[in-house]
Amino acid sequence: MASEKVLIDPLTRIEGHLSIEMDVQNGKVVDAKCRGDMYRGYESILQGRNPVDANQIVMRICGVCPVAHGQASSRCLDDAFKIKPTKNGRLMRNIILGSNYLQSHILHFYHLAALDYVDITAILKYKGSDDALVRLKDWVNNELKVKKGRPDEMTAAGPFLPRYEGKDFYIKDVDTNISAIAGYVKALDIRQKTHQMVAAFGGRAPHPIALVPGGVTTEPTKERIKIIKKYLKETEKFVNETYIPHVIAVAKAYPDYFKLGKYDSFLSYGLFDKDEDRKSFMFEQGVYTGGKAEKFDSSKIREQVKYARYKSGSNLHPLKGETVADPEKRDAYTFVKAPRYADKPMEVGALARVAVAYLSGNKAVKKELDAVLKIFNSEVPAAFSALGRHASRAIECKLIAAELGNWVDDIDAHEKTRTSYTIPDTGEGEGLVEAPRGALGHWIVVKDKKIANYQAVVPTTWFCSPKDDKGVRGPVEQALIGTPISDSKNPIEAARIVRSFDPCLACAIHVVEGDKEIGKFRVC
Amino acid sequence: MNRREFLKLMGGTTAALAFPGVMIQGCKKALEKAAERTNIIWLEGQSCSGCSVSLLNKLNPDIVTVITEHISLNYQGVIQGGTGESATRVLEDAVKKQRKDFILLIEGAIPTKNDLYCTIGENEHTKRGIGVKYWVEELGKNAKAIVSIGTCAAYGGIPAGVNQRTGENPTGAISVAELFKGSKLVLNIPGCPPHPDWMVGTLLHVLLKGLPELDEYGRPKMYYGKTVHENCERLYYYKRGIFAKEWGDKGCLYNLGCLGMDSGCDIPVRKWNNGANSCTDCGSGCIGCTEKAFPDYGKRGIYQSLHASNDENPVKSAVAAGKNGIGGIING
Repeated sequence: MASEKVLIDPLTRIEGHLSIEMDVQNGKVVDAKCRGDMYRGYESILQGRNPVDANQIVMRICGVCPVAHGQASSRCLDDAFKIKPTKNGRLMRNIILGSNYLQSHILHFYHLAALDYVDITAILKYKGSDDALVRLKDWVNNELKVKKGRPDEMTAAGPFLPRYEGKDFYIKDVDTNISAIAGYVKALDIRQKTHQMVAAFGGRAPHPIALVPGGVTTEPTKERIKIIKKYLKETEKFVNETYIPHVIAVAKAYPDYFKLGKYDSFLSYGLFDKDEDRKSFMFEQGVYTGGKAEKFDSSKIREQVKYARYKSGSNLHPLKGETVADPEKRDAYTFVKAPRYADKPMEVGALARVAVAYLSGNKAVKKELDAVLKIFNSEVPAAFSALGRHASRAIECKLIAAELGNWVDDIDAHEKTRTSYTIPDTGEGEGLVEAPRGALGHWIVVKDKKIANYQAVVPTTWFCSPKDDKGVRGPVEQALIGTPISDSKNPIEAARIVRSFDPCLACAIHVVEGDKEIGKFRVC
Repeated sequence: MNRREFLKLMGGTTAALAFPGVMIQGCKKALEKAAERTNIIWLEGQSCSGCSVSLLNKLNPDIVTVITEHISLNYQGVIQGGTGESATRVLEDAVKKQRKDFILLIEGAIPTKNDLYCTIGENEHTKRGIGVKYWVEELGKNAKAIVSIGTCAAYGGIPAGVNQRTGENPTGAISVAELFKGSKLVLNIPGCPPHPDWMVGTLLHVLLKGLPELDEYGRPKMYYGKTVHENCERLYYYKRGIFAKEWGDKGCLYNLGCLGMDSGCDIPVRKWNNGANSCTDCGSGCIGCTEKAFPDYGKRGIYQSLHASNDENPVKSAVAAGKNGIGGIING
């Protein structure tokens, strides 16, 4: 039987521009292509600037996790300027990053992913008296009524409708749906409060302004600490009493997704520094592949471009990367490169962190993951799946919310929040951090006190990568193979799997040069 | 939203005169009828989605109230329920029917060197991605109003930042106003990101009262009319000649590269994230993200004056030099 082309373009409810092209045969995906549909040319834009400017500019790679880019960049500059953060600087960076983890994961589950499972139209059956839900119900009713027959009829109850429609696409139980819709509304409030936590030390959110080389600029005043503690308490309660139960409820309604969207090689740079030398982490650094845990070594990273829209050299370490765009390149189908670790495509993100931590013997992570698996009478491999990714994010939120207050208590208000520096004439730096979406690395070369070159390898590049030079597909592409598609016009199953990775495509097509080659990256 | 909250949103007391309570009440009533809710189509060009994320931080009225009472949000990629064809259907339908009943909001810059640099959907015949430029032009033709959300859409922003060695704008990114070359009125709400009050407040002003008074860069004066410096929490230090030498010091941040003297925005009084902090209060300083010259400031850059002496202000000439020609021009 001939295969049928199935396209999801654009994949909405992600950050940025992504589309998925699939070949479906006998109702199953047999080939998949992840296409990154935007390119801005950050690397070119950065050249010749003050290295300190990089910090603010690269945050704008992504408005969902600017905190992670700001931190990777600060660390990259720390390294190039040969400084370390102060203890307060490290703690405050952790607090800002941790607060944004809560924001990002809650946003992802409720506002980006949930509408693939939750039936928003169930609100019409709501019989209770909660003010927000009654308002929502009246609004949907009203929209459907007044727009009927008008030119804008299709937009009734937008932006929630229209959507993919089909049998068993959405949860049937009315109470579960209504509870999740109430969660969606409450989560909007909680995530803006977690952004207040980011802003308390970060200056603002998104695009925090206080992250600088050596630490942060903000004074840890009592008022700021009060904001963080107040909203942390509220967020922790929401995570434990609402978010985690909703993830479990979705998993109970769609247990098949423990078997779908599978992948099994993971990479984590280590999350939340426990010391200023980045030697130990709250979530361990490491690589897990072929059933074995390995030590991470950043020299094993390469980027390949055979199927990406670039005409420059392939299989280079980011520090030696050459990137020349070629939007019309034959056979290329994306602006995302194919990063490989020791020649293997790696999944990065919450599941990768949880998997690496679990296999490194992290007791807190083991306890939480085992508890989730027990509900479903499952073993660890079941977690390496679409649902495992959602569960991993919820587990991270629980552990971060429990730990964040300790970092706040460890701050010494009389000590400095940052280390002073002088911009060197020449230098090189590497900044590694775990963004909510996964392993994020920035590299800089400074020459004549200016940026000679800047490169980032971001989480979505790892998992939304195209085929590499040997034709091996990227993690999302592999995870899609074998996925049943019940209706080629409404491929919701594939959308669920891709969204479980939490792609962020503005990130993925990141710091690449413009139309012509400007120079090569070299390591002396 | 009560009258007090509305006035606060509209920039405080100066706006009070322009909004008699009776009129606000009357308009609010009208807006609450679904038939009166104005359709909004929000497109993303070369953006980081930071404006969308900032919008979600809206309070008084909160984002749920905005979506269910004040506007009818037809399309918004970051929260759109539909995906793939079930999402683009809304855009295609609006183009096909030549709908005129909506305001077009654009977040992000528009690449001009190649349409593939930013696409939404695919042409079913050619199998080629549809450039965001096409959607903005087609939908912009009939839109009741066009609003550039954020500095990228308003002036080109970071995607239009030039390589400081080669002078190149890598993707030929331009602002929405430049795309329409003066043939359409474009209202600018810059900021990287814009404060959610600026976005919702401007929109409500347009819906309730018509076009707000704009400055020469196409920005509503009620939010961008004063400089950061004029309202700065650290003005006390400036007046007494106390200047910070390093981040973390007490004092005016001018010598650290703060661009507050040349940047129009009300953050020092409005604050970010429900009062949690501000760019100047947190000690980092203003990076001039609401300005047309951001992030290049000619050759100056953002933190160029870092560790420099307080001898001259390199900003003004850079702002005057601009970077994108007509980025902020408004034409009726």
